[in-house]
Amino acid sequence: MERVQVHVDVARPVRVEASPEPVFELRDVAVSYRGLPAVRGVTLDIPRNRITAIIGPSGSGKSTLLRALNRMNDLIPGARVEGKVLYHGQDLYDPAVDPVEVRRHVGMVFQKPNPFPKSVFENVAFGLRVHGMTDDLKGRVEAALRRAALWDEVKDDLRRNAYELSGGQQQRLCIARAIALEPDTILMDEPCSALDPLATAQIEDLMRELSETYSVVIVTHNMQQAARVSDVTAFITVEADERGRRCGVLVEHGPTDRIFTNPADPRTESYITGRFG
Amino acid sequence: MSAPAVAGRVPALATGRRAERSLGALAFHLALLLALLVALLTLATLLVDVASKGAGWVDRGFLSSLDSRFPERAGIRPALVGTAWLMVLTALISFPLGVGAAIYLEEMAPRNRLAGFLELNVANLAAVPSVIYGLLGLAAFVRAMQLGRSIMAGSLTLALLILPVIIVASREALRAVPGSIREAAYAVGATSWQVTWRQVLPAALPGMLTGLILGLSRAIGETAPLITLGALTYVNFVPRHPYDRFTAIPIQIYNWVSRPQTEYQHVAAAGIILLLGMLLAMNALAIYLRNRYERRW
Repeated sequence: MERVQVHVDVARPVRVEASPEPVFELRDVAVSYRGLPAVRGVTLDIPRNRITAIIGPSGSGKSTLLRALNRMNDLIPGARVEGKVLYHGQDLYDPAVDPVEVRRHVGMVFQKPNPFPKSVFENVAFGLRVHGMTDDLKGRVEAALRRAALWDEVKDDLRRNAYELSGGQQQRLCIARAIALEPDTILMDEPCSALDPLATAQIEDLMRELSETYSVVIVTHNMQQAARVSDVTAFITVEADERGRRCGVLVEHGPTDRIFTNPADPRTESYITGRFG
Repeated sequence: MSAPAVAGRVPALATGRRAERSLGALAFHLALLLALLVALLTLATLLVDVASKGAGWVDRGFLSSLDSRFPERAGIRPALVGTAWLMVLTALISFPLGVGAAIYLEEMAPRNRLAGFLELNVANLAAVPSVIYGLLGLAAFVRAMQLGRSIMAGSLTLALLILPVIIVASREALRAVPGSIREAAYAVGATSWQVTWRQVLPAALPGMLTGLILGLSRAIGETAPLITLGALTYVNFVPRHPYDRFTAIPIQIYNWVSRPQTEYQHVAAAGIILLLGMLLAMNALAIYLRNRYERRW
């Protein structure tokens, strides 16, 4: 199996280390809802401490694939994941695996900011309480808010309702909520699609910072965003199978600069150059 | 863009029919207003009648005295205390049951035929006449469970009566909590129990409480089921515990209205004022709760 090679990209902070070992290894992964395939045949390594972008047209199953990585698909009746998803070498879908524990280690940030209708403090504290990480609760909440670059804006009143924050602040709060649990991977499902350009830039800066500590997987519609922030890009597109059912397939993946400057597959090229999708 | 239909011809706008058309609209408008006024004026007449009859009769003595053979000494205390007991116990019994049923139907039950069947029946229960609940209460609580003609039997009966109201309101409150909140809670590794108990339920609570209060304001005016299961119509003691016999305000009012002395009409009116006051206060509280905690997700 080909490992993803991380190339030096002069436009961004230089990462010269050799390809790190993967945090996720996907082997022929397929996800279907009530027997209808959404995405299939995905074989992909997601490198540790890198930002991996999943790009592709609407309906190609990008989000579905992302949700296979923290077992969020379990919550959808009729959803089925086939193939192997290895997380640090362990089969994520082994019957012995506790999905609650998976989600503690693999955090998730959603398309639309979805804070709890509670105070800023309680938003971050909720996950900690759920997992019994309540020693030095205040310190943990503060640390998470600092890492999410939100602390300075909320420190004066942590009892404020999260709904009073701006969209960008809410999204950073959601990131704080995820990193408070000390995960090792953060999944982001189009995290900036509901934000203005300024808030988007803040989140992107934050992602770069976070990737020093965490592995980040981001699904995005926005190719510029993928090109700006990611180290590795995977391109998924929609194809009709032999029975005419439309389903997402992985076209190619590799270092972001290579995908964007010299794609191997003509479908990738036409998507990137805007001729399709 | 489009050219005039026929060059040189200007459509005639002043047809002379304007007055005629406005007349039709006005008549329709008035008819609708009349429909509204019939309802409102009837209510207003009743209120004025009750207020004028009972005006001087609602006083401290009326609230603190037992019933009496003498109209000027008759008080509502036993019925007031009986109604208070009934309301508190009915709330305590029906709220957990109703919320539990709503959580099951909304959050846990698989979407299948059984769930559909249960839902349909909850909706049907809301339409069952209250006297039927009284018969059920008589058979199940008074006789089978041997609770006697007690406050407890009455409360259990009223709790069943308002259960559909609470279930429907609670389900709506649960449905109003956006799925993204549940997703967020699952994504930090909460179990389904934690998601429901710590996120969904608190968010839905104001709507559920509104449902409870609306249910109680139905229960407070109920007479038929209580009479059916044997509540007293003449009481000269104040109930002390849930297993005491009792009467309630609507029954007491009925009792006074049917007495021959004309002065009792004033006593009854005073009782009606008290009952209406309690009802209005409860509905106001429900509206307050709804507005205070109304959320835009």
